[in-house]
Amino acid sequence: MTTSTASAPPAAPAVPATPATFTVAARAAWSSVVRAGETLTLTDLHGNQAVDFLVYDAADTTVRYSAPDTIHAQGGIFLTTGSVLLSNEHTPLMTVVADDVGRHDTVGGACSKESNTLRYGHHTWSQHACVDNFLAEGARWGLDKRDLVSNINWYMNVPVEEDGTLGIVDGLSAPGLKVTLRAERDVLVLVSNCPQINNPCNGFEPTPVEMTITAAHATHEGRAA
Amino acid sequence: MATATTYGARDHARAQAGTRADAMPVVPARDWAEPPCEAGHLVWAETVAGGNYTHRVLARGTELRLTDLTGSACAHLLLFVDGRPWERLNVADTVKVQWNAHLGENRLLLSDQGRVLASIVADTTGGRHDALCGTSTLVRNVRRYGAGTAESPSPAGRELFKLAAAKNGLTPRDLPPSLSFFQGVRISEDGDVRFLGPAGPGASVTLRAEQDVTVLIANAPHPSDPQDAYVCGPLEVLAWRAAPTGAKDPLWDATPEGRRAFQNTADFLASRGIQ
Repeated sequence: MTTSTASAPPAAPAVPATPATFTVAARAAWSSVVRAGETLTLTDLHGNQAVDFLVYDAADTTVRYSAPDTIHAQGGIFLTTGSVLLSNEHTPLMTVVADDVGRHDTVGGACSKESNTLRYGHHTWSQHACVDNFLAEGARWGLDKRDLVSNINWYMNVPVEEDGTLGIVDGLSAPGLKVTLRAERDVLVLVSNCPQINNPCNGFEPTPVEMTITAAHATHEGRAA
Repeated sequence: MATATTYGARDHARAQAGTRADAMPVVPARDWAEPPCEAGHLVWAETVAGGNYTHRVLARGTELRLTDLTGSACAHLLLFVDGRPWERLNVADTVKVQWNAHLGENRLLLSDQGRVLASIVADTTGGRHDALCGTSTLVRNVRRYGAGTAESPSPAGRELFKLAAAKNGLTPRDLPPSLSFFQGVRISEDGDVRFLGPAGPGASVTLRAEQDVTVLIANAPHPSDPQDAYVCGPLEVLAWRAAPTGAKDPLWDATPEGRRAFQNTADFLASRGIQ
């Protein structure tokens, strides 16, 4: 009996050996499995670069990052050291174990060609956007549009005023600032290195960022702790 | 009444007809005692118990009024385009595009495709709603109340959404972050979430469907509700035929972002042959 290739899931990209460092080009997507106990360090190489980020339970991708669960569990909208990234089933996916910046966004979601038409006008339609990165990169792991939910924006600064007014304002990051996340189970991470050029989230000039996966019980540089 | 035979069991079942419960749909909806519109225009009339759920497909232009009868309901809401459920409520776009985290009168509920799913046309609460904290989960309700499954005394909103979704051919993958009405939340300058609680008995909010939408509603305590007990009162749900927002309505032009969202919606519907 033969198996239909049409119904076979896409071959998932290999899980990297650690330590492993990847440079994500400006405007590009990236993804990886990070195994339980390993850490993922994001480095804002040039400063003020928003990194759109989704995380899934690698064993069951229906369990995925939930901005609302993360917000109501910690009682606040900003992420920093100690924040636990919770799933839609309220289970821990990753924990922020180090943060040079102090404030990251859970509210603003990803830019898209569609929302850009509302925010700036239809002249932006041909510009690349994070949702397209997420769709293309997610497809490599068998994910589709239904699997995209409100995401984290590392390094993005989105204050909320007393009257509810919110907006993406000038960033707090600077060249070389890092955020380190520890995987609380085997997770799949999707990244869009944000290509937005119509607001200050990338200082109006998208730049590369660096991703480093480090083995459990090791430091950023890969040495045993 | 004897139920030992099929005839007896049938008589027993039929004798229950006409029983009234505090929480139930009234069918047909036009039989609802005090309609907020012309009686013949009512298309959905239901009281949803605390810890329960409901769902409907609403035609474009239908208005949907939710009422917190006792001041202790919390209406968690999700919207999907009928027949194309991959276009659905996007809370992040809803708050980002409109430059505001609060929900209230004249706010639009946006899809991930730059279009309007529904607009908020009336709100007696002064915006005591929430777009940031989502709904409750089984894990958290077990921790807080001792149980969280749908059949338990303290069902989690997400468990109720899963059932409502399943009845519309949708799975847990299809459930994005949701909105909730009647239990307000505010954000302080340092980002802290402050729970305001209810606006009081009789508070209502009215939505208008701007496309044909599948509506899922879970009535469950807000996840930040500080009470030890699972307290959730009945939610009244009434919907009636009305008209979608048109280009001459003030709401159409209320903001430049909203105008483009209405224009995108109208353009999309026009190309499908829907006026």
